[in-house]
Amino acid sequence: MLAGDSSLIPIAGATDVLVHWPGNLEAKTRSYLDLSGLGELRSMQWADDTFTIGALTTYWDVICNEQCAQAFPLLINAARQVGSVQIQSRGTWAGNIINASPAADGVPVLMAYDATVVMQSCEGIEEIPLDEFYFGYKQMRRRTDQLVVAIRMPRRAHDVEIFEKVGARRAQAISKIGLAITHSQDGWRIVASAVAPTILRCKAIETLLEEGSPVRSPDDLMAAIAKDVSPIDDIRSSRLYRERVLARILYHDLKGIVPSFV
Amino acid sequence: MSDVNTMQIEFTLNGTPTKVDVAPMDRLLDTLRYALGLTGSKEGCGEGECGACTVYLDGVPVNACLVPTFQVRGCHVETIESIPHESLDAMLTSGATQCGACTPGVVMTACWLNRHPELSKTHSVRELMAGNLCRCTGYDGIIDGIECEQRTKSSTL
Repeated sequence: MLAGDSSLIPIAGATDVLVHWPGNLEAKTRSYLDLSGLGELRSMQWADDTFTIGALTTYWDVICNEQCAQAFPLLINAARQVGSVQIQSRGTWAGNIINASPAADGVPVLMAYDATVVMQSCEGIEEIPLDEFYFGYKQMRRRTDQLVVAIRMPRRAHDVEIFEKVGARRAQAISKIGLAITHSQDGWRIVASAVAPTILRCKAIETLLEEGSPVRSPDDLMAAIAKDVSPIDDIRSSRLYRERVLARILYHDLKGIVPSFV
Repeated sequence: MSDVNTMQIEFTLNGTPTKVDVAPMDRLLDTLRYALGLTGSKEGCGEGECGACTVYLDGVPVNACLVPTFQVRGCHVETIESIPHESLDAMLTSGATQCGACTPGVVMTACWLNRHPELSKTHSVRELMAGNLCRCTGYDGIIDGIECEQRTKSSTL
């Protein structure tokens, strides 16, 4: 169906599309493709080297999964900070990716675990690393005939796993700044949200960590942060606040873990 | 009467098999209130923040304002009308209600977590209740009511 009509919008839990629905006249002119009948997409599959979640898997599905809590604790940590139980029970990880909010909470932790987006079309299956999936605000490498069917993560041993969310209050808040950090034998992954048009890896910070450059205060991170992110002033926060707080969280999270942070 | 812009949905509502004609993107909240006459579920914010429209979908709390009705076909939906009156006793005793706008949703989430004591191993009551906003009493009365109910239950086991 997607191949025949490029205007169709696939919907899963509908928690984004139905917000303020009665007055959203523009949204009512669009056509939607309901995925909720595709039960096989609500799944979690463990292979020796990968963990794959189907596109209809909800936050609550993951929160309730004990194996996930052991192997991918940041997924649980972030999922519990998405909205409330009422949202966690409907919202899906794939929907979080495709809604493409720069302030999404699920995307940073997926990206910090090197997730890939698995898409299917009549042409076949394509798998794109999540950290290469976005190329601008709400712009992503999904053709309109492709459906996201799964998200896949490599199973690795991590010795650092951190997720931070800064919001106006602890519950039910959209992030002012989000940060996911992992470290494994494949290196550092520093992923920031709400500080750029897309959620992204902070490559300059990652390089600084790999090289072991000494960091004596949050100020020592500002040059790298300026290379990585481009926050804006908006209703939730300011550019200056976002840059400063990102530096402070990074510094205080990594001090005591990374020898070069003194 | 049927026309091309309606579809018939079958689901189980408060234990009763139910058929209803809806427009394709009707919200479950509107279907419950205006097509089926169950006005206990309230609309507060219409954006999934306040939780006044909380119902159970296959046993788990959801915001009925964010569920397209067609997605509940074949499912079990339970509303505040299905909750036994005695479930409210602890909330009344602890002064957990004032204006009442949030109360149906608060009671739905409260009853759900009282039915699932296993959740207390991983979640606090406050975290599980985070999706129900109250602008009158504050939350202490609500939390007291839930914890009182939990103590009563565990002492009678």
